[in-house]
Amino acid sequence: MIEVLQTGPLNTVQDLGRFGFRNAGVTSSGAMDRLALAVGNLLVGNDEGEAALEVQTFPFRLRFDRDTTVAITGADCDARLDGRRLPPWWALAVSAGQVVELATPRHSARAYLSFAGGIEVEPVMGSRSTSLRGGFGGLDGRFLAANDRLGVRPAGACVVPPGGFGAMPPETALADHFPASEDGTLLVRAIPAGEYALFGGEAERFWSQTWKISSQSDRTGYRLSGEPIKLVSPVELRSHGVVPGVVQMPPSGEAIVQMSDANTAGGYPKIAGVIDIDLWRLGQARIGSRLRFVRSSVAEALAVERAVETYLGDIRRTVPMLAEALAAMSRR
Amino acid sequence: MISIQNEPLSTPAFIAAVPAGEPKISVIGTGAYLIEAPGAFDLEAQRRIWALAHAVELWPEVREVVPGVTNLLVILKRTPVEPEQFEARLRTEWNCSRAIDLVGKTVEIPVTYGGEHATDLAAVCDYTGLTDREVVQLHWQGDYTVVALGSAPGFGYLHGLDPRIHVPRKTVPSLRMLKGTVTIGGMQTGVSVLTGPNGWNSIGFAELPMFDPMKNPPALLAPGDKVCFVPERIEL
Repeated sequence: MIEVLQTGPLNTVQDLGRFGFRNAGVTSSGAMDRLALAVGNLLVGNDEGEAALEVQTFPFRLRFDRDTTVAITGADCDARLDGRRLPPWWALAVSAGQVVELATPRHSARAYLSFAGGIEVEPVMGSRSTSLRGGFGGLDGRFLAANDRLGVRPAGACVVPPGGFGAMPPETALADHFPASEDGTLLVRAIPAGEYALFGGEAERFWSQTWKISSQSDRTGYRLSGEPIKLVSPVELRSHGVVPGVVQMPPSGEAIVQMSDANTAGGYPKIAGVIDIDLWRLGQARIGSRLRFVRSSVAEALAVERAVETYLGDIRRTVPMLAEALAAMSRR
Repeated sequence: MISIQNEPLSTPAFIAAVPAGEPKISVIGTGAYLIEAPGAFDLEAQRRIWALAHAVELWPEVREVVPGVTNLLVILKRTPVEPEQFEARLRTEWNCSRAIDLVGKTVEIPVTYGGEHATDLAAVCDYTGLTDREVVQLHWQGDYTVVALGSAPGFGYLHGLDPRIHVPRKTVPSLRMLKGTVTIGGMQTGVSVLTGPNGWNSIGFAELPMFDPMKNPPALLAPGDKVCFVPERIEL
């Protein structure tokens, strides 16, 4: 068991998402940074998609009621175990009674706490992700509160070195595949979507201008402020399915990017769609930060996906090898 | 209908009329394809979308399909290595698909028309030039078909609304419309499933739960179902 000692609103249980019910109006939910969730799970010996805690409001503190292994990935939030500082993207064995604390990160938005075995909550429609809007999944369909106690599912023996071990964060390990701009503006790759051409000459500004993530942004979607982009002439669209990453342009001309808790259907013109493999970076973007869209292609997306798969594959192979080596040493 | 080149131009758009019968196919990001039936909305096009959905959801590379209003979103398990080929297969499948009737159930939804939750009934009367009694009667006398589910868990877009009570969505949405509110949005009607902001016009209230996450299937309605509204009470 783990016990939440201190939390802000909107911290939830999330896995990789709920699939197969979009045609009934059910959003996928799931971690905003799926890569951080996957790495956290791999570090504690889980499958990539086990349920973890997504922390996006800080400070956050929890106490372990039994010995377990925990990983902290995603935003660097000056994590501490009983006051002792832990490196980012780190996994370690913890004892009953110890307290882990996360402080407000300076750069990114969301941290993930993964536990060996994964968070124990009842799957709803095949997923443990919390749907706040639907009020189901995760912990009774709500966000975490102080004094909440959550179970951790049984795990196989998970041997970690004394002091723990870590993974190289993807920003570093995959720097060649996720380029950064010189001025710190986040670069988000996207592909023109269905109504792109209806914006005529205005569409070019979608790529050229810098957008600011407005305060009206959350797990459902980000509203972007910038110079409005308008249709050449109004268009009436029939309601259609959408997916996270779709960039819609409502009549105000300020873009909306749908995120993990995206509505399943929409009717606003779609100017672009973020490539799936860049969604985790957008999921780490903070309110008030700036981004630019970079025109991409399926070929480029595939190349980045392969690099990410290699990175995850390395971690997947290394963790059991490390555990075996440690076990062999302890037998000697 | 208009068609857009797959690789949009950076200069003013090239928009051309296309032959009737050609669907529009576009992408959302790397793994989702939207195919839109040509022509005006009609149930025939919708039946063909259902046929397409049934065929495509069996394709091994497809994770899920989301039927919309005369369109279908196809979500793939992974980014296709040959996107043009996938698009071509989708187009071929559409061209082969023949309209099907889904064997749906009939769902009766008891409604309290008027009353405290029908906050837009007066505006609907103003817009349509009908009395509240006429609006209510035209609504419950309709035979409705569930065209698609979406927007929120279990929300059904219902087709079959009498054209005399087609009312556009509100320019300023209600901030906190109750779950269960019976609404009109353009040419469609439906029962809201979540309490929250809503741009459709409220004319009544229904107690019947439309969605239960612990049930299988969780949604009461399914595409192709028939819906009848039963006026349980009329408070005008």
